[in-house]
Amino acid sequence: MPDTVTAPADPASITAKTAAGNGPLLRVEELKVHFPVMKGVVIQKQIATVKAVDGVSFTLDRGETLGLVGESGCGKSTTGLAILRMLRPTAGRIVFEGDDIAAHDQGRMRKVRQRMQMVYQDPYGSLDPRMTVGDIVGEPLVVHGVAGDRAAYRARVADLIRMVGLLPDMAERYPHEFSGGQRQRIGIARALALNPSLIICDEPVSALDVSIQAQVVNLFMELQERLGLTYLFIAHDLSVVRHISDRIAVMYLGRIVEIATRDQLYKEPLHPYTQALLAAVPIPDPALEATRPQQIISGEVPSALRPPPGCRFHPRCPHAMDKCKTQDPPLRDLGGGRAVACHLHA
Amino acid sequence: MTGAPLLQVRDLVTTFRTDRGKVVAVDGVSFDVAAGETVAIVGESGSGKSVTALSILRLIPNPPGRIERGEVLFDGQDLLKLDDAAIRAIRGDRIAMIFQEPMSSLNPALTVGMQVGEPINLHRKVSWANAFERAKELLTKVSIPDAGSRLNSYPHQYSGGMRQRVMIAMALACNPRLIVADEPTTALDVTVQAQILALLKKLTRETNSALILITHDLGVVARYADRVAVMYGGRIVETAPAAELYANPRHPYTRGLMASIPRLDGDTGRRLVPIEGQPPDLANLPPGCAFAPRSQHATERCRMERPPLEPVSDRHHRACFLDA
Repeated sequence: MPDTVTAPADPASITAKTAAGNGPLLRVEELKVHFPVMKGVVIQKQIATVKAVDGVSFTLDRGETLGLVGESGCGKSTTGLAILRMLRPTAGRIVFEGDDIAAHDQGRMRKVRQRMQMVYQDPYGSLDPRMTVGDIVGEPLVVHGVAGDRAAYRARVADLIRMVGLLPDMAERYPHEFSGGQRQRIGIARALALNPSLIICDEPVSALDVSIQAQVVNLFMELQERLGLTYLFIAHDLSVVRHISDRIAVMYLGRIVEIATRDQLYKEPLHPYTQALLAAVPIPDPALEATRPQQIISGEVPSALRPPPGCRFHPRCPHAMDKCKTQDPPLRDLGGGRAVACHLHA
Repeated sequence: MTGAPLLQVRDLVTTFRTDRGKVVAVDGVSFDVAAGETVAIVGESGSGKSVTALSILRLIPNPPGRIERGEVLFDGQDLLKLDDAAIRAIRGDRIAMIFQEPMSSLNPALTVGMQVGEPINLHRKVSWANAFERAKELLTKVSIPDAGSRLNSYPHQYSGGMRQRVMIAMALACNPRLIVADEPTTALDVTVQAQILALLKKLTRETNSALILITHDLGVVARYADRVAVMYGGRIVETAPAAELYANPRHPYTRGLMASIPRLDGDTGRRLVPIEGQPPDLANLPPGCAFAPRSQHATERCRMERPPLEPVSDRHHRACFLDA
């Protein structure tokens, strides 16, 4: 195959895809989401600020999957919620399909949300137990007034249910009759109802059993091929993210510390945190594990209330230098679709 | 290994009374754990792995649960025949347990020092002052910085990883021969998971304690276990030394699991091969093999008869009628 010469996952091909369309589907610039910490019951006073997301920038091309990974408290879910405007951004731009939606009011966001949907982690908590599956899947059509007549509505709902690999006669049943994997399919069908271009998936398979995860991961990939969907795939499982993503952004304490194509990131991680994350993930192969160097970093993610000065990762970093304790490294573009925030790569 | 294994579980059956009838959560499970050995019990939710662990320690709430049958021979003594006082004397002393959720397994109203010192005070009959001294040593051993002053802190003042370190310190307090750890790192971040499991492995090796590691994560098993038992629908369907199981899985469920999980070093172009169908409903198990409805090669016999766990080689057993 001549493919081996041209390197199919070359970042250039991704930029080429952008040039062919009308720019990226989503461009996030210097997004900040800060939460005030209040004290007092009657007279409230702000005593601190949690900078959950603190200057995050990335682009997402049409038809692409960007994995957003990091440990709890890194701000990956908050980033997703801010893009959907379920949280108010403190600062920054969110350019979606050419419009900056960061300051849109609720009325204008309603229109945008037809194009941008979410799939949640918990397939138990995110479906109303009193609604039938058909009503759950069809609800967005009703809410946005695009349900059409009864026959059209039912046909569309049956179509959506089929699309996610369930049987149309399941529309009359209730969520409790379904297993976790089937419920997640119902959640995906609901997200697809309005023909969105972007789906933000927040840990969509992490609550599922191992043997079911693969079914749902495959469904996401098939739907992307069929419908040309774009995914922001937020997850902590680096093996799943590697499987589904074209590019990956690694977050730590509210910042992106590294962003790269899948092959770059997993073959040659540059940021010490990315390296530590990958080293921590065990590979299901005892022979390989026996020979793998066990570089386990110490410590835990510090509180976002008091992030360390300088580079936020420096207290846990095995390569920390003096400069890292005082100077916050910016996310530097290294070319070829790759950027790193680390003094080692300045 | 000299003589009999440290722990021998024989034909264990544990049931629960539910509003949908009697559910057999653990159905005739047998396995051994040798001194100093790490045995992983792998399975998905409802496979019976946690109930197996709780049954060994007699921690099944009765009602609705009941250990119906079987033997749990620990050092030759059947734990299922002991009275409550005798089993309490063993729990936390010669057998310790680590649970998944450190926040709900620690008492929020007691200081960490009191909780780590309690088993020592209780089982070793030493004074509280000496128990505190030992608690401090243990906290240092599990790498809690500044252990002396942290003794007087409460669990909520510890992070998730630190709480799990406290659980490990409590488990190690009386130098147990066996530690049962039920999903000890599932609630933790991946870098902290690696720290905790490495610590647990190091300490069990130093003290020659055996470890039963209950998990759903095949990566964790590969990194830390000597031997593996795979459970499905309340039964062990395959058991082998870890290296053998991964190199040569012989049960269709084990094979299915291996093919369905994405790997950090896997081929990215390949589609995952999922196990079709849904996990079994324990209240409504088929008469034959619980995996038959999801197995591609199931025969009439598989659907009607339960395959027994039989050796395919010396230390490798599986429960399947199909040709290997």
